[in-house]
Amino acid sequence: MTTTSASDRATRGGQGKPLLSIRDFKVEYRTGSGTTVQAVRGVDLDLFPGESLALVGESGCGKTTFGLGLLRLLPRLGHASGQVTFNRGDGTEIDVLGLDGRDLRQFRWRDAAMVFQGAMNAFNPVLKIRAHMHDTMRAHTKASKQEIEDRAGELLRLVRLEPSRVMDSYPHELSGGMRQRVLIAMSLLLEPEVLILDEPTTALDILTQRSVVDVLHEVRERLGFSMIFISHDLSLAAELADRVATMYAGRIIETGGVRDMFYKPRHPYTLGLIKAVPPIVGDLPDMESIPGGPPSLASLPKGCTFSPRCKFATDECKEADPPLIPITDEPGDAHEAACIHWKDVHLERRVQDEMGTAS
Amino acid sequence: MSALEKSPEAAGGTPLMTLGGVSQVFDTKAGPIRAVDNIDLSINPGEVLCLVGESGSGKTTAARMAAGLARPTSGQVAFDGTDIWSLKRNDFTTFRRSVQYVHQDPYASLNPTRTIQQTITAPLFKHGVVKSKKEAAERAAELLTKVDLTPPENYLSKYPHQLSGGQRQRVAVARALTLDPKLIIADESTSMLDVSIRISVLAMLGRLRDDLGVGFLFITHDLAIAKYFGWRGKTAVMYLGRIVEFGPTPKIINAPTHPYTRALIDAIPEPDPDLTKTKGRESLRSLEIPSLAHLPSGCSFHPRCPQFEDGLCDGAIPELTTIRSGQSAACHVVARDGVPGVGEGGHPDGPGA
Repeated sequence: MTTTSASDRATRGGQGKPLLSIRDFKVEYRTGSGTTVQAVRGVDLDLFPGESLALVGESGCGKTTFGLGLLRLLPRLGHASGQVTFNRGDGTEIDVLGLDGRDLRQFRWRDAAMVFQGAMNAFNPVLKIRAHMHDTMRAHTKASKQEIEDRAGELLRLVRLEPSRVMDSYPHELSGGMRQRVLIAMSLLLEPEVLILDEPTTALDILTQRSVVDVLHEVRERLGFSMIFISHDLSLAAELADRVATMYAGRIIETGGVRDMFYKPRHPYTLGLIKAVPPIVGDLPDMESIPGGPPSLASLPKGCTFSPRCKFATDECKEADPPLIPITDEPGDAHEAACIHWKDVHLERRVQDEMGTAS
Repeated sequence: MSALEKSPEAAGGTPLMTLGGVSQVFDTKAGPIRAVDNIDLSINPGEVLCLVGESGSGKTTAARMAAGLARPTSGQVAFDGTDIWSLKRNDFTTFRRSVQYVHQDPYASLNPTRTIQQTITAPLFKHGVVKSKKEAAERAAELLTKVDLTPPENYLSKYPHQLSGGQRQRVAVARALTLDPKLIIADESTSMLDVSIRISVLAMLGRLRDDLGVGFLFITHDLAIAKYFGWRGKTAVMYLGRIVEFGPTPKIINAPTHPYTRALIDAIPEPDPDLTKTKGRESLRSLEIPSLAHLPSGCSFHPRCPQFEDGLCDGAIPELTTIRSGQSAACHVVARDGVPGVGEGGHPDGPGA
């Protein structure tokens, strides 16, 4: 449905060949007696070398499923389809969904690695960090013990941890922020080209979150990998992303450069999300919530899935789910929104002064 | 505007609730843990007091003492001017009715085997507020309307599992309203809700505050939420069991004085790409949060504080001192030198300000 604009986007938005090229990507879950639920419903996306892409959306919109699907980590009841092509630096193209056995193991961690949300659950609680590092390296390389020690130490220092202290610790002996940083270091052991981070700082305290965000900025600058990070936190997207994609009910409904998305959102849902998050500094802007709740994936509304909650919706919206439409009235970056009324969507913010009156 | 008329200066009378020098010490194998250490707070009728801080700062322990759910180890919790722990049984029941608690997790705080009507009417029967089932049902419907669950008939016979998180939290608020409380203690009440729903629940709480004149002790780790809900009220920032800064919310947010508050505000990413990338950030000296069982000497923030001065900060525990009108901070350096870079009453221009 949305493939027309996808190739277009590649030429307009990025530099050179995309590292990861995703077309009509779908994920279905079997839910018993022959029924399935589509959690990701046809996503087209390109990730360019060195780029940081944020995937934002509310719980249940399919963000995590999308990330797991990309790395073929779905549970057994999940099935991914479509086309995912990974371009290795040497010019070989890999069909990710067709990978098997050893090739799949090669792809994971070496080409693309994932940092999971619950840092505690991502570790084996009875193994020390050293064992985690060695296991990972031995499963994927022929590195010697000393090489592994050196590599692990180097990466731990990169995420501002002291290897001598961390390597001999069990996961429960580390604080939440330390665990998350160890996980980032581990994901980078094999120098992957793509790092997928699923809610990397959720459930961390503010100052700890800041330290993880700073570490991410730093290691990306040093190592230059691309990243897709999945978050419900728009502020984090503003901080870490070059490009943002908004997901709703299993589809990407708007994508564009980070400044376009935050200053000139053109999908009513993105607009709604931005208006629902107050900035910290400055006066109090007017806030708005999005009425209703996200639809059930098992029974999606007809036409545009956001239309029942949308104040711009007309009868036309209920006829067909709109594809991503290029935003033509602004130059430069590839900005697309799946809304037939995008011309009417504008972000305006009024602020309140300290007396609580609108100015 | 209504909130302004109800502001403490206008109301004049005694504060609704005061916590005077309140501490809570837990005895553990690792030794005594001072979860809350000698804090003073007061809430006026119809006023919002936000209590912000990171996990382990003592926010919830303070709230439990305010609600009369935990007895302070020392200090006094007073409601309408009377120490709640000196109240007679009947008066304590009245206090319990006047102060209601809305918990964080609406999945855990509602009884899954009760319908919404049973959940909401239970306190009415328990406290003998209603005479008949019919009256209780009417009252329940009225309360559901107040929390925007309309039409109420659609919800009364449902069970919690049939509702979304936002709807459940509204039911929890409706239950808190059954006995016409004067103070609602909201403990991270919106932190489990999705962003799009959060604001509507907060707006609903704000309306209750304005229309019913209910006071709020609003606990959150999210300063953006405290800013939105408590803009016309006050905010207290807690760190390791103590209040480190207190003042009107706009001042705490836009002109913080304590190094810890400043670090918190600086650390938060902004939903604005240009702003968040240009925000000034001073790095802390350490990322480690000290354990409550082994608090550092003097100011407990000193091992992490960028303003640390040897001999001054690790000596005596700093007291809350007025830094400028209405705003106080517990910091030796700020008390001596004032706030670097921020003039009296000045506050930096925000986005779109």
